[in-house]
Parts: sequence; C-alpha cells; structure tokens
Amino acid sequence: MIAHAIFFYLFSFIAIISAIMVTAARNTVHSVFFLILDFISISCLFIMIGAEFLGMIMLIVYVGAVAVLFLFVVMMLNVAQQKNQWFSSVKSSSHIPIGLLVSLVIFVELIVVVGGWKYKPDLLNSSTILIDKNISNTHSLGNVLYTDYVHLFQLSGMILLVAMIGAIVLTFRERLGVKKQSYIRQISRERKDGVQLVNVPNNKGVKIDV
Amino acid sequence: MNTLNIFFSETYKILFLLIPVLVTVAMIVWLDRRVWAFVQKRRGPNVVGPFGLLQSLADALKYIFKEIIIPASSNKVIFIIAPIITMTLALVAWAVIPFSETLVLADINVGILYLFAISSLGVYGIIMGGWASNSKYPFLGAIRSAAQMVSYEVSIGVIIINVLLCVGSLNLNDIVLAQQNIWFIIPLFPMFIIFFISALAETNRPPFDLPEAEAELVAGYQTEYSGMMYAMFWLGEYANILLMCAMGSILFLGGWLPPADIELFSLIPSPFWLVFKILLLFILFALVKAIVPRYRYDQLMKLGWKIFLPFSLIWVVLTAGYLLYFNLLPVQI
Repeated sequence: MIAHAIFFYLFSFIAIISAIMVTAARNTVHSVFFLILDFISISCLFIMIGAEFLGMIMLIVYVGAVAVLFLFVVMMLNVAQQKNQWFSSVKSSSHIPIGLLVSLVIFVELIVVVGGWKYKPDLLNSSTILIDKNISNTHSLGNVLYTDYVHLFQLSGMILLVAMIGAIVLTFRERLGVKKQSYIRQISRERKDGVQLVNVPNNKGVKIDV
Repeated sequence: MNTLNIFFSETYKILFLLIPVLVTVAMIVWLDRRVWAFVQKRRGPNVVGPFGLLQSLADALKYIFKEIIIPASSNKVIFIIAPIITMTLALVAWAVIPFSETLVLADINVGILYLFAISSLGVYGIIMGGWASNSKYPFLGAIRSAAQMVSYEVSIGVIIINVLLCVGSLNLNDIVLAQQNIWFIIPLFPMFIIFFISALAETNRPPFDLPEAEAELVAGYQTEYSGMMYAMFWLGEYANILLMCAMGSILFLGGWLPPADIELFSLIPSPFWLVFKILLLFILFALVKAIVPRYRYDQLMKLGWKIFLPFSLIWVVLTAGYLLYFNLLPVQI
C-alpha cells in the first residue's frame, strides 16, 4: 500500500511539473518533450488504477503517433529559436484573457466533478452497466463499446474519417510539372516502344518524328 | 522488511533477464557480421577469441576508452538523454517476453499492447539524437526515421490485430498457448511476410536503413555521436532487432512451444525453443541485409502506406469473416 502511494505521488508530481513546464519552457521543442513526459506519467497513473488498456492506448496513440507528428512539425518549422515573450510584449498578452477564461471553465468543471463525487459517493454504482471484476479490462471495454454504444463508436469513427479527408483536401495541392515514376509503365515498356531501327540513306539523313 | 525482500528478489530476477539479453546482443552483433561476410564470401571477424566470438567485447572496450565528444552547439541535455532512451526502451520491453509458461518477469494482461507501445516509443531516441546534434545530416536522418517508423508501425498494429482475432487475448502467454495446435505462420503466412518486412523498416535495418544511409547522410542521426554514447545507440538498435525477432516468434512461430508434440522435443526446455526461433529470425534479418539493396525514400513510403496497410486491412476483414462464418471465434459472445 505504501509503495502504491509512493508511486502515485511520484507519477502525479512528474505529471504536474511537466504540465507546468510545457507552458513555461522557453524552447518549443522542450515544451513538446515535457508534453510527452506528461502523457507518459498520465498513462502510468491510468495503469495504476487498473485501466491498463486505456493507459497502453494512451501510450500508443498519443506518445507513439500524435506527439511524434507534433514534434516533427515543431522541428520542421524551426520555431525553437523563438523566444517566449508571452508577458513582455503588450501585443501578445491579448492571449491572456482567453487563456484565463479557458482555464476558469476547466477549473469549474473539475470542481463540479470532484464535488459531485464527494457529496454523492454512490454515483458510480447508479450506473446501469455492471462491472464484472473477473473479466479483463479490455474484454469489458469491448463488451460495452461494441454492443450498447456501437452507434456512438461508429459515429466517432465517421467524424475522424471526415476530419482526415478534410485535412487532406485542405493541404493537398497538385503541383504541375513533377516527374513521377510508375512501376507499371516501367515494367510494361517493351523494345518496340523505345527502339526504332531506321535505314539511313546516304547523304540524306533521316527525320525522326518523336 | 518484507517490501525490501520483494525489492531485492525482483532486482535479482531483472538482472537474471537483462544480463543474458545484453550478452546476446553483443553476440548477435558478431553473428550479424559473420553472416554478412559469409554471403559476400569474406571471413568476417575471426581473430579475437575462438571464431572471433570476443570481437564485440573488444569493440566495447574500444568504445569505453574513447573520448565522448559533445558538440558545442548541441542541446546538451537532450543529446546525452537520446542514446540512454534508445537503450532503456529496448531493454524495458523484455519484461513481458515469456520464455516459458512461468518464466516471465511481468505476466500482464495487455502484454502485446505493452510491446507495441514500447516499440513505438523507440523513435524518440532517434528524433532526440538527430535534433539535439544541431547539424544537417543527423536532423535529416531523424526526420526520415520518424516518418518511416510511424508509417510502418501502423501496418504492424494491423497485423497484431490479425493475430489477436485468432487468440482472443492480449496476454503474450495466451498468444503462445493458442498456437499449440498450429503455429499462426501457417494460416496467416502473408501477415508473417508483411510483419517481417515491417520489422525491418521499424528497426531501420537494410534495405530500409534510410535514416543512416551512408552514401547520403554520413551516418544519419548518429553522425555527431562518439565513444560510449554511439555504442549505446548501436546496442539499443540491436536489442530492438532482437525484440522484434522475439515478437515475431511469439506472434507467428509459437513462442516457447516446441515445433511438434514429440517426446524428444519436450526434453529441451522451452526457453531454448524461444531463443532458437529468435536466432532463426535474426539470421533471416542478417541475410536480408547482405542480399537486398537499399530502397529509395518514396518507394519506402509507397510500400508502407499503399501496399502493406490496405493489404493487411483486407486480411483483417478476411480473418474476421472466416472466424465468424465457421464459428471459430475464440471469445464467444
């Protein structure tokens, strides 16, 4: 039990510190690395409460794919050299009221959730879904996801698909004059397509029509 | 006192696993070079020790005594962390590999997801090293490898889904035990081929070693590294290759199971079967390195996204349809 508490505080401490460092780090690439550290410690916390599937999916999706692309973009755009002048200049500090508003909303939401849990501890049991302790996490998640909530599940898949197509349409531009190789054309090319045998008459030359 | 006892016994177990893994990594570097030389009709390292077996040890000694140079314009903290991350991630994943039904450090429910997660984290060591070097070639190598590893991870994930459909559990021991009647390499043979090729790409092995293509990028993300830090990248890379071989043998070759249920085979303890299969796959890895020329970058991307991903997705539908139609699904609804 003590070990459990130690690890809980260790991971939550790392999570909070790195969350602060995401905004406080002067170098943008460092911010992304702190974000990754935050994701990892959150997934450790998930695993500690027994949500092993969620923790692993968090690692695979957020750390293994999303954050890599994030890092990719930040490195490619070379925004690392920009100094963090958040509070120093008057112009950029117009972000602060919006930031405060968003954080206020999140704070109120947290208060509502934690308060509700505090004053109505049996809220969890009022859920209609029975939690079977004997079957594994993944199994029970699949049991509800593909039966009771299958339409919501499909809907979220559709939304993701639409978002993906939208992103491709927005960024896709056809460049003219780019030479591309086609395997089929290369392989199916035969001798008669490329070579022409011509009998050249003396002193006349030959006109080649291309 | 009890907690302390558990701590020490766990540490003992971890050391009992890690030291053989590290020794094996050193040995397979030698094996890799020997196979490579054998294909090219050379001798390979054969001077240090019997058959040159101690060559890796000599190399390690050389690396230890070399000076570690940290470029002045590099980002020092990340530059030093990068090889450590590569090495740690490659070793951490061995915790869930089952060597027999009981001989496994952590028999967790989501073992295959853990392996997949750790192998997808492996890209960070390379990106961090490439970026922190603050130099052209490492950066280009890092960008290339990030795109490459993310692309091929997707098809590996889909292949894992194929196997999981036949098993009905994410536990690695369950996956091995599900292959008692038939190894998955036989019903899922095309998936094994794609897994093998994707594993080559995931570990940056030839013919997909674009992140460190010598002719174009000097040594890719390792260009600025020297001494023991370079050696750690190197060891991490080979530990990753071993891990991919272990993953392949667990998913498709029946893990620690003997090839057939014969009395003679059961005399050999099960860990040896796993090691034997890992070595077999590794020799295939080494042969591919010697035989196949390097891919061009656009060909690599085309292979990953336009061929492997659609093909393995279609195979998921086929497998699921077959299992459902013949009522062979492992978990009954």
